[in-house]
Amino acid sequence: MLETLANKRAVWSLGSLIVLLIFWHVAAELLQHRHLPTPVAVFETFLREVRSGDLIYHVWVTLIRVVISFIVAMLIGSAIGLVMGRMETVNRFFDSWLIFFLNLPALVIIVLCYVWFGLNDMAAIIAVAINKIPNVAVTVREGARALSRDLTEMAEIYSFGRTKTLRHVILPQMAPFFAAAARTGLSLIWKIVLVVELFGLSAGVGVRINEAYHLFDVPMILAYAIAFIVVVQLIEMFVLQPIEARVNRWRR
Amino acid sequence: MAQVSTALEVEVLSKTFPAVAKRSANRVLENIKLAIEPESFVVLTGPSGCGKSTLLNIIAGLDDDFDGEVRFQSLDARRAYIFQSPRLLPWRTIEENILLPLKDDDPRRAKVPAMLERVGLAEAADAYPERVSLGMQRRASLARGFILEPDILLMDEPFVSLDDPTAQDLRKLLIDLYKRRPTTILFVTHDRSEAVMLGTRILRLDGGSATIVQDEVVQLRSQDRSDPGKVRAERARIFADV
Ligand SMILES: Nc1ncnc2c1ncn2[C@@H]1O[C@H](COP(=O)(O)OP(=O)(O)OP(=O)(O)O)[C@@H](O)[C@H]1O
Ligand SMILES: [Mg+2]
Repeated sequence: MLETLANKRAVWSLGSLIVLLIFWHVAAELLQHRHLPTPVAVFETFLREVRSGDLIYHVWVTLIRVVISFIVAMLIGSAIGLVMGRMETVNRFFDSWLIFFLNLPALVIIVLCYVWFGLNDMAAIIAVAINKIPNVAVTVREGARALSRDLTEMAEIYSFGRTKTLRHVILPQMAPFFAAAARTGLSLIWKIVLVVELFGLSAGVGVRINEAYHLFDVPMILAYAIAFIVVVQLIEMFVLQPIEARVNRWRR
Repeated sequence: MAQVSTALEVEVLSKTFPAVAKRSANRVLENIKLAIEPESFVVLTGPSGCGKSTLLNIIAGLDDDFDGEVRFQSLDARRAYIFQSPRLLPWRTIEENILLPLKDDDPRRAKVPAMLERVGLAEAADAYPERVSLGMQRRASLARGFILEPDILLMDEPFVSLDDPTAQDLRKLLIDLYKRRPTTILFVTHDRSEAVMLGTRILRLDGGSATIVQDEVVQLRSQDRSDPGKVRAERARIFADV
């Protein structure tokens, strides 16, 4: 049953992707503009970049940055969200800080981090994490507020103690909120990482796209964009979805 | 908490829920004084909303915002509370739910399979709670409480909303366990026949700020309790109904 459902989903996404490619190809052939390459041209550029090793190198560098800032943002954001969701006074005090950081433009954070910490990886990762932390905190705070009082009382009566309560009662209730934060987090973070790279670093997909931009090399820009979308999709399929399936296996 | 010769002494001079939004403060319980003998089966009845669950929460120690005191015979008396809803962790299997209150080295862990068998859940041990029937969830919740071999067992309408045969089956199980290992039980129910059939003592709560309005010893021998005629007669005597 689950198998056929998954198959159906794969068929649907594959089908819609093919339709998109056909549209793209037809439009490119009709317009014949050098700034709108055909999918075939993009694919050729992609293969050339893979063979030269450039693409693998830059994607890898960017991916490491994405993973580190993702982990940092999830850990810090979850801790803040949990505390704010459980302690009303802390929440009252820090709520306005959260709103401040939520609305601080990403660009401002990036520029300030480079000014304060220099043009290095550390500054880049801090900038990306600060951009993402408020979002994680807000999502996790909602989860922490919605914790079931019934189950907390049950854990108290049956003397679970702190560790057992956290592991078996609190965290499983938080799982959907962590998943939501992770999902939106991943897509937001890799977009910001590219901007951060473009601004102040010497390697990574963002840097490569910037170079291509100066040469108006559209096939190159698209080749890198697509390579990264594929990587993020693979993470989604082989990391996030299996974790989600495992965490949700008890549901009806 | 002082030592007392009874299993449990409850004194709730008053319990008031504070005013929230448009609801004014609500004084739910008043002047309740109660001494409970060890190994007695005390049934608590009263109209819906009169404060039975509130009283049980106070005795369980979940609610300490009241004027009064609860004293236990021994300070380390083991307590179990079968809540009105099963309150199982949906993300743990039935068996894991029953094992969780026990520490890793607890010898009672070995008794869990037998307990599962006893409540008819051996087949469902590895199932998740939301995938089994409500009756099975209730039995799991009973097993979780019973496995602790508590000295004091609090039960809040544990058999409500079940079909008659299932409820009857679970009542038998409770009587069985009680006979094998007598415990002090506080049992809330709306069902008067159930009250008479199970209890050794019946307390009736009533009033705007509820207090104990009736305190009755059930005069039935244990062999009489399965006799519907005798249960009906005793019920009529205590509740003055037919
Ligand atoms: N947390 C709360 N805050 C405010 N009022 C409450 C709260 N819990 C219960 N009450 C009120 O206290 C009264 C007693 O509630 P309680 O749940 O103890 O009744 P009950 O006798 O168990 O009823 P039932 O038989 O329907 O379960 C009710 O009027 C209820 O509205
Ligand atoms: Mg109740």
